[in-house]
Amino acid sequence: MKRIITAITGVALAAGISAGALAKDIKLLNVSYDPTRELYQDFNKEFGKYWKEKTGDNVIINQSHGGAGKQARAVIDGLEADVVTLALAYDIDQISEKTGWFPKDWQTRLPNNSAPYTSTIVFLVRSGNPKGIKDWDDLVKSGVSVITPNPKTSGGARYNYLAAWGYELKKTGNADKAKAFVTQLYKNVPVLDSGARGSTNTFVQRGVGDVLLAWENEAFLTLNELGPGKFDIVIPSVSILAETPVTVVDTVAKKHGTTEVAQAYLEYLYSPVGQRLAARHYYRPFKPESAAPEDIKRFPRLNLFTIDETFGGWQKAQKEHFSDGGVFDQIYVPSN
Amino acid sequence: MNTTTSPTLNEPAWFRRLLIGAGLAFLGLFLALPLAAVLTEALRQGVGAYLVALQEPVALAAIKLTLIAAGIAVPLNLIFGVTAAWAIAKFEFRGKSLLITLIDLPFSVSPVIAGLIYVLIFGAQGWFGQYLFENDIKVIFAVPGIVLATVFVTFPFVARELIPVMEEQGTAEEEAALTLGASGWQTFWRVTLPNIKWGLLYGVILCNARAMGEFGAVSVVSGHIRGETNTLPLHVEILYNEYNFVAAFACASLLALLALVTLAAKSFVEWRGQAQRALAPIALPAVQPST
Repeated sequence: MKRIITAITGVALAAGISAGALAKDIKLLNVSYDPTRELYQDFNKEFGKYWKEKTGDNVIINQSHGGAGKQARAVIDGLEADVVTLALAYDIDQISEKTGWFPKDWQTRLPNNSAPYTSTIVFLVRSGNPKGIKDWDDLVKSGVSVITPNPKTSGGARYNYLAAWGYELKKTGNADKAKAFVTQLYKNVPVLDSGARGSTNTFVQRGVGDVLLAWENEAFLTLNELGPGKFDIVIPSVSILAETPVTVVDTVAKKHGTTEVAQAYLEYLYSPVGQRLAARHYYRPFKPESAAPEDIKRFPRLNLFTIDETFGGWQKAQKEHFSDGGVFDQIYVPSN
Repeated sequence: MNTTTSPTLNEPAWFRRLLIGAGLAFLGLFLALPLAAVLTEALRQGVGAYLVALQEPVALAAIKLTLIAAGIAVPLNLIFGVTAAWAIAKFEFRGKSLLITLIDLPFSVSPVIAGLIYVLIFGAQGWFGQYLFENDIKVIFAVPGIVLATVFVTFPFVARELIPVMEEQGTAEEEAALTLGASGWQTFWRVTLPNIKWGLLYGVILCNARAMGEFGAVSVVSGHIRGETNTLPLHVEILYNEYNFVAAFACASLLALLALVTLAAKSFVEWRGQAQRALAPIALPAVQPST
């Protein structure tokens, strides 16, 4: 029996050694949210080239996409992500809190609150803007049908909600008026999909609604993918700064032996190559000077407010608005 | 079963035509039309684009994973189904009705719950999470989890198909074989198995179709890692969400094709099974047992 075990161990060791000597094939899993698919498809190729040149190793980056809240849940349940690139800080906070796999102050580890690129919320309307929608005020008018996903499950939807709230709060300085405004807005929402892509499909494929509250990058992508001339983008007077942060999941990366490459992967997002690709895929790069000027030109100028200044940070906003029994639960009554 | 029209069922011709017409229209609307839609969408940009979509490495990986999951789940459930049906149909024992209820459980539980069960057990925050994580054993968000979920949802098919067949045949032939000195194994191999083979095949076909087409349970435990843990149905959803309609429908057409093959195989097996039963030397009850 002992001899058999020794033999097996020997074979396993030999296999391990030869694998180590031959292939430096590194696997990295990036767990991300819905609309970043196209960006990371391009970025992963570039990073693969860069890493090969730098170290001679092959790095294969696997992607998993879905609604940000759902993805965070999967990581908490054991989807072994080396890096997470999600829609909002709160979801990454949740991973840190529930698993302890990386420190709570993860957001200080990379520049710009760990957001190599940002986005915002804009309106997508049908071609020619038949309902004349120009700003947030137009969304609460009667007869306007608004499409937005469910803020309980979708990161983008939470930004949509908070953007509307922040607009009215800035205008009136009155939280009660903001609540009334958002209540009125959700009366115009016929259906809540679970994620941003679902809402886009509802608006675009099924032809439901007059206006889609969308990620800026998702709105541009829709124009490109589904034929220009069918939709217009409308830029509201103010909107919300959507910081879409990234971090290494320390414990998982350490276990996989990928700490170094995972760190380099995220840092490369801040490099000129990463910044240029982000801008090409309609994300607002942290360093616009690194990106192509013609890409930057496409971003309209608008006033952006942040979650921190207007809502006192994600933890507070989440608790107040989206937790069970929070403001959203109070104001949203499904219409049927 | 009866081919001659019974006098008590002598409805007017127009009424019969109306009923048949309604049935056909329903069938066309809910089966033929969607099938045609899938094929048209898949071939929208020509056969070339269709074939390219199916040869994508991630599509091939999804096909491979689907085959692996079905390849493990079907034989396992075949063995389990035969033994369970054998025990239930041929023997009396305590807890028999409990066993029957347990076999039916996957039918009555939503597939999403089935997936969540495994997340609760094997997830990082679950019962064995810590141990699995430290020992680098991956169950959910990896191939084993997908196989487990598939086995769970396809669990009842073979057993459910065999129990009525075996019960209908009773134990007389087996008892005769044993009296004549056959061993238990010989009895099973020479007497029981030939009697149930068409029912068995039927169960396997249904089991396989469900194993390859399962979405809900697998979706929960998959983790959706492109090229690694996406089965064909999950891959279709991803492609659709990426506005890649030709590829999405091309992969969907593979699943539709599987459905058609299943249907054909099922009809063939039913036909053979009936033909054999008609020729069976021992007269069987003419009435199908209600299941």
